[in-house]
Amino acid sequence: MSLSILIWLPLVLALLATQLPARHIGRASALLSLIPLAIAIDFMARFKPSVSGLQFVTDKLWISSLGIHYKLGINGLNVALILLTTVLFSISLAWSSQREISRPRQYYFHFGLAQSAVLGAFTAQDLILFVAFFDLMLIPFYFLVGSWGSGERVRATIKMVIYTAVGSFLMLAAAIAAGILVAHQNGTPLNFSFSAIAHLRLSYTDQDWIFLGFAAAFLVKMPLTPFHGWLADAYKSMPIPAVAVFSGVVSKVAAYGFLQVALPLFPHAAHHFQMLMLLIALLSILWATAMAFTTRDARLVIAYSSVAQMGFIVLGIFSLKATGGQGALLQMLNHGVVTAAAFFVLAAVAARAGGSESMDDMGGIAFRAPVLATFFLIVTFANLAMPGSSNFIGEFMILLGAFSSHMWIAIVATLGVVGAAFYALRLFIGAMHNRVGGRVQSFELNRIEALAIAPLVLIILALALYPQFGLSKSQASVRAALAPATLGGSYAAAGKPHRVYTHTAAAASASTSNSASR
Amino acid sequence: MNSLLIAAAHIKGPHIDWASLSPVVVLAVGALVALLVGLLRGAVARQQVVPALSLVTLLAAGALEIWRFGHPATIIHGALRIDDLALLIDLICTVSAFAAVLLAWRSEAPRDAGHGEFHGLLLFSVMGMAILASSQDVITLFVGLELLSIPLYILCAAEYRREGSLESGLKYLIIGSVGSATLVYGLAMIYGASGQTGFAGIAHAVATHNLLGDPLLLGGIALVVVGFAFKASVAPFHQWTPDVYEGAPTPITAFMATATKAAALAIFLRFFDVALIADKTTWSPMIAALAAITIVVGNVGALGQTSLKRLLGFSGVAQAGYMLSGVVVATHLGVSATVLYLWAYLGMNVAAFAVVHANQLETGTDRISALQGLGKRSPALAWSLTVAMLALAGIPGTIGFIGKFQLIHALVSGNHSWLAIVLVVGAMISLGYYLKVVAAIWMSPAGSASEISGVPVPAGAAAGLAPIAGGAPEADRLPYPEVVFVAVVFAALCIIFGILPQPLFHLASHAGSALRGLL
Repeated sequence: MSLSILIWLPLVLALLATQLPARHIGRASALLSLIPLAIAIDFMARFKPSVSGLQFVTDKLWISSLGIHYKLGINGLNVALILLTTVLFSISLAWSSQREISRPRQYYFHFGLAQSAVLGAFTAQDLILFVAFFDLMLIPFYFLVGSWGSGERVRATIKMVIYTAVGSFLMLAAAIAAGILVAHQNGTPLNFSFSAIAHLRLSYTDQDWIFLGFAAAFLVKMPLTPFHGWLADAYKSMPIPAVAVFSGVVSKVAAYGFLQVALPLFPHAAHHFQMLMLLIALLSILWATAMAFTTRDARLVIAYSSVAQMGFIVLGIFSLKATGGQGALLQMLNHGVVTAAAFFVLAAVAARAGGSESMDDMGGIAFRAPVLATFFLIVTFANLAMPGSSNFIGEFMILLGAFSSHMWIAIVATLGVVGAAFYALRLFIGAMHNRVGGRVQSFELNRIEALAIAPLVLIILALALYPQFGLSKSQASVRAALAPATLGGSYAAAGKPHRVYTHTAAAASASTSNSASR
Repeated sequence: MNSLLIAAAHIKGPHIDWASLSPVVVLAVGALVALLVGLLRGAVARQQVVPALSLVTLLAAGALEIWRFGHPATIIHGALRIDDLALLIDLICTVSAFAAVLLAWRSEAPRDAGHGEFHGLLLFSVMGMAILASSQDVITLFVGLELLSIPLYILCAAEYRREGSLESGLKYLIIGSVGSATLVYGLAMIYGASGQTGFAGIAHAVATHNLLGDPLLLGGIALVVVGFAFKASVAPFHQWTPDVYEGAPTPITAFMATATKAAALAIFLRFFDVALIADKTTWSPMIAALAAITIVVGNVGALGQTSLKRLLGFSGVAQAGYMLSGVVVATHLGVSATVLYLWAYLGMNVAAFAVVHANQLETGTDRISALQGLGKRSPALAWSLTVAMLALAGIPGTIGFIGKFQLIHALVSGNHSWLAIVLVVGAMISLGYYLKVVAAIWMSPAGSASEISGVPVPAGAAAGLAPIAGGAPEADRLPYPEVVFVAVVFAALCIIFGILPQPLFHLASHAGSALRGLL
């Protein structure tokens, strides 16, 4: 089965569902979304983890005069994220289908478009195609926030789009320049596919600014600290199912972009800016932890905790060690599940606190809702990376990678792990225990809420028991993606970087420790 | 009498290749016929037959332009060159005029001005554009420019009972005349420096007689740039644009915004990339600076607008800046990028103006706030405007993305990366106002109730809000199906060519290679 079917099916199904009478659209969309989920599972099952290259490749020349390919493929970096996307969208649609939503046709259309765009961004193997899908993701969320959000939604959505689009346009310029300059400097015809650019020489100065263009887009999208201005407003305004998928998978596209695009294609620049990226990651971890401590808004606690987690993920990636990269990839998966679960739990809690999301109005909700409290506790433990959870393994590997590349950064970052325990438990205790809030009406988790939360909690438990699921598929691909950057972009490795890496691992670590001591 | 005939027999007119000239001839004949039929008494003849005649004329002209594609010819003793570049620009003007006739079908302007006059002038203006786009000689250049402009001065004031329209026409007349005068002065100085009126002759003279740095030529070039800049609404000569766009009848604004800009940029390409190509080092930095200023001024100016037509006017200024950057690089790629962007610009702007027109017919104003609830009133129009705005902003999947892509491509390959960055920055700023329009269509202002309920509620609680989207039965009930048709067709083209741009690339590359002497 072609990957094109997987990525375009959500949009087609959404268009089909909108033809139904308004009452049925929600349920139909939720049920139909199980089809892409099944297809994603099928791809996962047929995926061969031992291969580091692309599998299930679709490669067609899309715009021949510009050498732009419609190239899709799966490797160890994106296979689990694709599955995560389909899972989270199915659950968000299920949650939505049980609620009254005005203008359901547009609402479900935008969800379908969003899913197609995210899947497209994960599978794209051509720079321009990737940029196109990356920007396309923005449109449905612009509408989802602006039309179905709460509070100052129009202001929030325009702010979000302008922030993100500034990054995206810089990335677009960088992507076009990358293709043209590579063609120019090697005397080859224009070709924007990842594999073509990865194997050709690009001068170091050009790599540097092109890398920064991509980094701008990714850092805004995640977001990390100096680029997070849009986060609080947008997350506050987004409807719950939208914020679940946004925080769950859309922010992961950016982190994935570093692994799939920025590092393998511009390895010298990645090596060059390693310290800058590590510092940004560190800053995000510390700043977001501090913010999550201080805010009284439960939704912002989750939002800032996800900034801190994204900081950890970038820390793992830019440790430029295979362990750190693997940990980052595992953590993307973990965090995607946990943050989505946390937002759905938050919705359930808010429903019991008179619709308020402020911690001042909560308290004592566990009283008549033991199942909800249990689910919340599991999500909280996963979020604070309790030993035994898959998040613990993810963070551990990230820190291990960071230790072996820059020890003091890893030590400072550990503060973030400690801080996570504080703010996550503070939220749990403040909401579920303590004195009963003024408007709180405690009642047990109902069927509709369980529909969204229970599957996610089950996935969290399953990942805790079997973290190999996330790790085993990605090993070969992560090594291949990091190898050129680890070598500091030396082009001796071009062609078969992962093999060279295994032979010269000692030399590689020596070179990085040299650069560290500088 | 007899001697006159003998004299006439002695005048040897140049050989005329009628086949290549046919689009211009058809437009001239069509304009005259429309003018004459407009004199008839019957209301049907005036209100239905005249517009139908001009549609037929434009169709015929379009067909002839397509027929001549790929048969480049220099005709009338080197006065005109009908090549692929000229034909593509002619086709843009023809399509734009076709859309304008449809938009104007039942609007105020032709009734006020008289149907025959209105459509006749429109066709003459298209003819002027066709001549301007193919001109190979400063004399034909000026004739084409005036033939393009004078009918537009009148058409802007077509709704002469409305003060805004009159003001718009007068303003355009005065500023346009200043522009024309400057241009003529510049052309005269270039003639003085080179002793030639033909573009090829000027190019030859500049290259061989070592005119580089000649003050007369430099002064001429500067004045010509200013003259063209007035027509193409390039900053800082753009001040008339928003006022005239706002005041003119909307169908004329749509025509002016797209067709005039296409013709003006075509002559930019022809004059600078052919006649003055040897002096590229002199004018290239000058035009590059103008392009950069235009991009910034247009985009920043649009931010604070509350009138849609003014907003589109400023956006048109910014887009002129984008397209001018294709002139700057002076390569085949630059030319083809400019032509490609002109096509994109046609699609996006006609769709936008059609929706503005429809909304104006319905609500009586072109305020952005009047778009409130358009998504409910007419989903077809709302989606068209949304697509047009996203395309203008350059979102992937739309034709605007392809256009900007090719321009950046041309700039980076032509060693003007800094201008590419200005273009990208401009595109970022532009999101600020394009998205404001989209928000006005779909999103009710902040403060009203959230449209998604946080808690499960029994079905039917929100039954008062009738959901409307998708396939639009409402569109059929609109009183102006032809306007909706134009909006939907052009918006659809923006998406189709955004996803499958190969045919456009193919055509544009033909236009690029039409100019000889470029890299």
